[in-house]
Amino acid sequence: MPDLGQYAVYVLSSYAVTLGLLAVLILGSIWQARRVRARLEAVESRRDRSA
Amino acid sequence: MNSIWEYANPRKFMATSAFLLPWTAGLAALCLVTGLVWGFFFTPDDFRQGSTVKIIYIHVPSAIMAVNAWLMMLVASLIWVIRRHHVSALAAKAAAPVGMVFTVIALATGALWGQPMWGTWWEWDPRLTSFLILFLFYLGYMALWEAIENPDSAADLTSVLCLVGSVFAVISRYALLFWNQGLHQGATLSLDKEQNISNVFWYPLVIALCGFGFLFLALVLYRTQTEIRARRLKALIAQERMG
Repeated sequence: MPDLGQYAVYVLSSYAVTLGLLAVLILGSIWQARRVRARLEAVESRRDRSA
Repeated sequence: MNSIWEYANPRKFMATSAFLLPWTAGLAALCLVTGLVWGFFFTPDDFRQGSTVKIIYIHVPSAIMAVNAWLMMLVASLIWVIRRHHVSALAAKAAAPVGMVFTVIALATGALWGQPMWGTWWEWDPRLTSFLILFLFYLGYMALWEAIENPDSAADLTSVLCLVGSVFAVISRYALLFWNQGLHQGATLSLDKEQNISNVFWYPLVIALCGFGFLFLALVLYRTQTEIRARRLKALIAQERMG
């Protein structure tokens, strides 16, 4: 760990905020994609059965 | 050579993006880890800014990508308005939350950098203010998509909003040239060797910038796939209801 001196709280907070927001964005995108894909597969299989 | 308009076909877009996605995501991870680890652990402090210079590796790439994301949305919106390709409208919709997060990162890290260097978290400086307005445009754009039921009408109206917001995207990039005042410094990356930052900071910064760029590309491809599936889901449910 580098010595960040008197500015450590600012530097570390910047990295924490960035990594946290990117994690929320990436995980949120994955969660939304999985949810839509699962619902689409359910509707398509229902449609195939009734056809 | 395939025409670019082939990708307006959702099936073609899904196949191509499925191929590109692992590469863009892999390059994003590689560049982000390399750039940020190099910048954070292996670069010296600046003689004036001390260790706060390490914020540059996240602040500058996120700010650049916040503006570029809006410009990508502008191009996609224009394609929708002119050629009525649904995939381009969905790509613009998919890019908005990514651009908004980059804008929030730029604003938050800017405040965290500004406090120790300028003695204030916020200043109504031209660049900071135009970035705040850009953030509000992102919010408005996303809200408009959600507020309108008909997807084509939503795409039309959000395209108009995107055109208007592009003025602020351009202003936020060139604010310092338009108004030679405020606290914010000039361009960090410059082709002019006299103005550019030292190589010791420049190399990891460019790698981190590539990481943010690839991350944006990967997320837009992935989220556009989701939007295309969501559009098909909506159509199938509507068909079911009609019997």
